[in-house]
Amino acid sequence: METKPKLAMYWAASCGGCEIALVNIHEKIFDVMDSFDFMFCPCLMDTKYHDIEALADGSIAITFFNGALRTDENIHMARLLRQKSQLLIAFGSCAAEGCIPGLGNLSSRQDLMDRIYRDSLTLDDHQGPLPATSTGVVEGNLTLPEFLPVVKTLGQVVAVDYSIPGCPPESHQVWNCVNAVIQGHPLGAKGAILGGGRSTVCAECVRTRTEKKIRTLYRTYEILPDAETCLLEQGLLCMGVVTRDGCGGLCPRVNMPCTGCYGPPEGVLDQGAKMISALGSMLDLEDAGEVNVDDYARRMDVLLEGIPDLAGTLYKYSLAGSILGGKRTP
Amino acid sequence: MNGLQDVAHFDPKILVFLCNWCSYAASDKAGMAQQAQPSQIRTVRVMCTGRVDPQFVLHAFRKGADGVVILGCHPGDCHYKEGNVHAIKRHLLLLALLRQLGIEDQRCRLDFVSAGENDRYVRILSEVVEQVRVLGPIHFPRVD
Repeated sequence: METKPKLAMYWAASCGGCEIALVNIHEKIFDVMDSFDFMFCPCLMDTKYHDIEALADGSIAITFFNGALRTDENIHMARLLRQKSQLLIAFGSCAAEGCIPGLGNLSSRQDLMDRIYRDSLTLDDHQGPLPATSTGVVEGNLTLPEFLPVVKTLGQVVAVDYSIPGCPPESHQVWNCVNAVIQGHPLGAKGAILGGGRSTVCAECVRTRTEKKIRTLYRTYEILPDAETCLLEQGLLCMGVVTRDGCGGLCPRVNMPCTGCYGPPEGVLDQGAKMISALGSMLDLEDAGEVNVDDYARRMDVLLEGIPDLAGTLYKYSLAGSILGGKRTP
Repeated sequence: MNGLQDVAHFDPKILVFLCNWCSYAASDKAGMAQQAQPSQIRTVRVMCTGRVDPQFVLHAFRKGADGVVILGCHPGDCHYKEGNVHAIKRHLLLLALLRQLGIEDQRCRLDFVSAGENDRYVRILSEVVEQVRVLGPIHFPRVD
């Protein structure tokens, strides 16, 4: 009789990258199999929802939950897995803070539906049926999960024990977490972030920083940055200053600015607001000697032309989990 | 959506950040002079407008403020030399972000009030209260 503790991994609104991050621990996956009964993972195996429903409460030792909550099916599974799991871990940026699905909160549900099913240029029929929770066809009744008005993070719907940041989490960090459980090491206080540092990506970045003064902002395709100097100082909107470390500073190493996937660092609630705070100190608008608010506003407008989607840039991964959570609702 | 009646009945909540060195004194002066002030404001004293983290402003909106006002020293008069200059740049960026999140510029105002400008203090706050009253309340995605 199998007596190993049960391990589950579920995806809600996600891309599958988190599952790849898990199997990217390579041969160590055998250690996971030795220590756990890996019994539920829709991406990799064929366990059904009713198998989970049949379990006694708390009978899954650990559930890695990746994906944001976009539909009522996602919410149902979040509640079900919370009930059946001893430890529910928000695995990856989507579950922890909304990530790319969370950017849906910049538009209303109606806008999203219109864009996809009414206005899209490649549609043959712009008046076709919209997805509905229940549709009658000759063969019977077809059902779909309800598309919720806003995207939520896992922690906004159920109690989450720990979070692992990253889009996706770096595999060595996943292994650190899994191994800590296998070895029986304490995981820290409830609600803690696992597999990440306490500082910012700058702490792991190998580039040289001097006094940060930015006169122009560029998009990544516009310049070829030099390999040594801080990318932010070169005018690329690198989010490293407001992003948790733990990834190893991988993007700046290959001349790409950090886009912020490890979420806000310790003590920061809102990545976008913190980036505005940082940019406010770094942007150099002082052309003339005297400070003139109107001149500043004109200079800022020119700078902002280089960032066509400011909210999408500052909250690429963290909009649903940010202070406002998205665009205001009617 | 808002009929005239709704506008008249809507009592906006305005959070005001006051710089210790200028606008707070102006507020005090207005109080001592027994000037009529809008009752819709709630004030927070900070040491400098440069201390007002944009997170504070977003938090105020999330917690039910219909408008936020930040009042600092006139440019060039900052007690810490350039705290208000940082505040100006942050504010311009924050307005651009708030616009994308559906929050009008009039709901988030940065202005300058020296310690002696109690009339200006009262005028700015009265203007914001009336502008926000016309704009109506705001709501954000429910996350609980």
